[in-house]
Amino acid sequence: MKTAALLLMCLSGASSLRAQGLDSATLTKPATDAWPTYAGDYTQRRHSSLTQIDTSNVHNLSLAWVRRLTSGAGGGEFNWFGPPPGPPAITGGVAEEPVNMPGATSGSPRLSGSILQVNGILYVTAPDNAWAMDARDGHILWHYWWKSRGGTHIGNRGMAMYGDWVFFETPDDYLVSLDAKTGAERWHKEISDFSQQYFSTMAPVVVGNHVLVGTGDDLDSPGFLQSFDPNTGDLQWKLYTVPMEKGDPALATWGSLDAARHGGAQVWMPGSYDPETQAYIFGTGNPTPAYTGALRAPRESHTNLYTCSVMAVNVNTGKLMWYYQTSPNDTHDWDATQAPVLVDGPFAGKPRKMVLQASRNGYFFVLDRTNGAHLLTGKYSEAANWAAGVNAAGQPVRDPAKDNTVPGALVSPDNGGATNWPPPAFDPQNGLLYVPLHEIYAMYYLTDKDPRMLVGLGGSEQDYVGGLGSSLVAIDYQTGKVAWKYRMGFGFGGSGLLTTAGGLLFANDGAGSLVALGLQGRNPPAPLWHAQIGSVDNAPETYTVDGRQYVLVAGDGAIWAFSLQ
Amino acid sequence: MLFRSNCSFCHGSDARGGEKGPNLVRDVVVLRDQNGETITPIVQNGIPAAGMPKFALPASDITDIAAWLHSQPLSDRGTPSALDILVGDAKKGAAYFSGPGRCTQCHSVTGDLAGIGGKYEPKMIQNLIVSGSNYGGRRRSAGAAAQKTQPVTVTVTLPSGQRFQGELDHISAFIVALRDSTGTYRSFPRRDTIPTVVVNVPFQWHLDMLPQWRDTDIHDLTAYLVTLK
Repeated sequence: MKTAALLLMCLSGASSLRAQGLDSATLTKPATDAWPTYAGDYTQRRHSSLTQIDTSNVHNLSLAWVRRLTSGAGGGEFNWFGPPPGPPAITGGVAEEPVNMPGATSGSPRLSGSILQVNGILYVTAPDNAWAMDARDGHILWHYWWKSRGGTHIGNRGMAMYGDWVFFETPDDYLVSLDAKTGAERWHKEISDFSQQYFSTMAPVVVGNHVLVGTGDDLDSPGFLQSFDPNTGDLQWKLYTVPMEKGDPALATWGSLDAARHGGAQVWMPGSYDPETQAYIFGTGNPTPAYTGALRAPRESHTNLYTCSVMAVNVNTGKLMWYYQTSPNDTHDWDATQAPVLVDGPFAGKPRKMVLQASRNGYFFVLDRTNGAHLLTGKYSEAANWAAGVNAAGQPVRDPAKDNTVPGALVSPDNGGATNWPPPAFDPQNGLLYVPLHEIYAMYYLTDKDPRMLVGLGGSEQDYVGGLGSSLVAIDYQTGKVAWKYRMGFGFGGSGLLTTAGGLLFANDGAGSLVALGLQGRNPPAPLWHAQIGSVDNAPETYTVDGRQYVLVAGDGAIWAFSLQ
Repeated sequence: MLFRSNCSFCHGSDARGGEKGPNLVRDVVVLRDQNGETITPIVQNGIPAAGMPKFALPASDITDIAAWLHSQPLSDRGTPSALDILVGDAKKGAAYFSGPGRCTQCHSVTGDLAGIGGKYEPKMIQNLIVSGSNYGGRRRSAGAAAQKTQPVTVTVTLPSGQRFQGELDHISAFIVALRDSTGTYRSFPRRDTIPTVVVNVPFQWHLDMLPQWRDTDIHDLTAYLVTLK
């Protein structure tokens, strides 16, 4: 009897182990009952095949639960009239005394990242903070808090999962691995040099037995992508995105080796993965110093590879497979880190395996993802006025008159770009890529005539002078043309998009609401449902738990789950 | 000055790079250094492969050099331009003002713009020309403190024909809210095209001009308006 009970306990223990961990097969097929990686799946289409919620019943979508989160050490005070306090935080970090950062050490967190949902558990991050929550009611299972040594706390894009372990980055440049069941720390590894002002926000991406990790920097430091062993945390490979040594063929595109080694191309957004070619495809940031090419690109041939590029790396070897540069010698801080969206479909009458990117510079690109060959360039921002044209390789050619100038130049986009990190969504039913677009103008002033004085993001004053507004655009990848443009509020899309096979597009409406738009093919969509939650801060997600379809979003320091009642 | 006499020959007098030596202010060795501990061995041993000689400087001198390097500002990020932005031709600006710019349809150099050149710095005037003093929203605006903007107004017409007018408070696909002339706040649900909502932007001309401006016309107009003292 005793033995049988013990055996039963062991059995149930084993099954709960399986029930909580992530089956790696989930990552390679579009999930409907999970959201196991940054974009839901490796393609970054942010399209769900779920149809439980559709255009006919979305008006019945209502709040299933909401849970407010608090950053820092405390679990919150017990209050008769409030919700029960969360558990006290498990504390990690290398700083003896954490640098005080409201939103990270205390107060309401900035929840702008993706939330994983695996076997009914949600994994949520904010800078220096990670939580596990019950997807059924938002109950907090554990809270991990990292005592920070400081750095830029701009955001955290989410966790990655491998088996029973989760991984996330900290602003002060560590990759932290936790036990998903308990939140206990397994290990932490330094991923970049804090003294060079690197700061880390990217959601790691797990592919096979690789944890792919990027970092960021606004000073003049080289970018790189690293792969870590999920078991040990040991470095497997490191790919620099700028030339670091003599003999690198890309060095010919730089004014000097010193310029290249300070040249930026940071890898601060998660990439996509193509299992067929084992290519991890990601975008790189702007060259640095950002606002002048005088020293890094004194000649026209100095395009500053591999800044502002879409790159493909073999995930097992760390070797570069191909690249395509979307902005040769960028001078406006417009990265090409936007989601590379993997699409299979017809192009020019033939089936193609493609990667699409709507880039921060206002242009849209279609590449053959098996070899990086350029297929198409479109311009999705009418306002973008910084390029004099498009060259034979499909790259927009920068107009020097629209650089930062001493007397000032009227330029669109503004610093935020035509679009930025908020992810787009691809709709396979209509063959359209939906992108949040901002058409804003600024006067760009150069603040110092000596290019040696320009470091990082220095040397530029940018004054907002108006705009044509924010909109949702639908780009036809076969023509590069905008099929329709739907006007939204000023802050629209500041968090990203989701499409579903139920004919819906979920978005931040720019006025504090999560909105469901009914897609109508080649015609602009119709607003069908909304919930005013004050602020929508991440890209909406959807999945089923217990057979019920949820729409999940973070906003105003809380997690909100909606379902049909 | 220790840096000037020993280092500036290659690295520039301000340590931001010269003919031979790299910019030290953003250099990884300098960024990692706290009190000379990583800089000292490099100064004392040189980097022969890169052509840097060794220097027989006492440790305290190198510590002083390190302290001076660390005191150099890294970047002027966020600092406004203090440079002279005036390059335009005031005569051409005057011609544009009364000619193709059609500025006189709303503005007058003896009326609303009288003395504007004495009120604001040239850069502020230039930003105001383009923006039409349209600012607000979430982004840092050009001269928010400079002038009170004319408010965006809205007219809401209900199916009954009843009409409400006032300053736009906020608007989305689902709601429109205003404050009327008595200061009363009113909000209306929106569904499709009901009620009828017409937004009036007083600086609409400036918005429409954004895609059309030539920078030379902006610069000429600025040069003209700064003369209106």
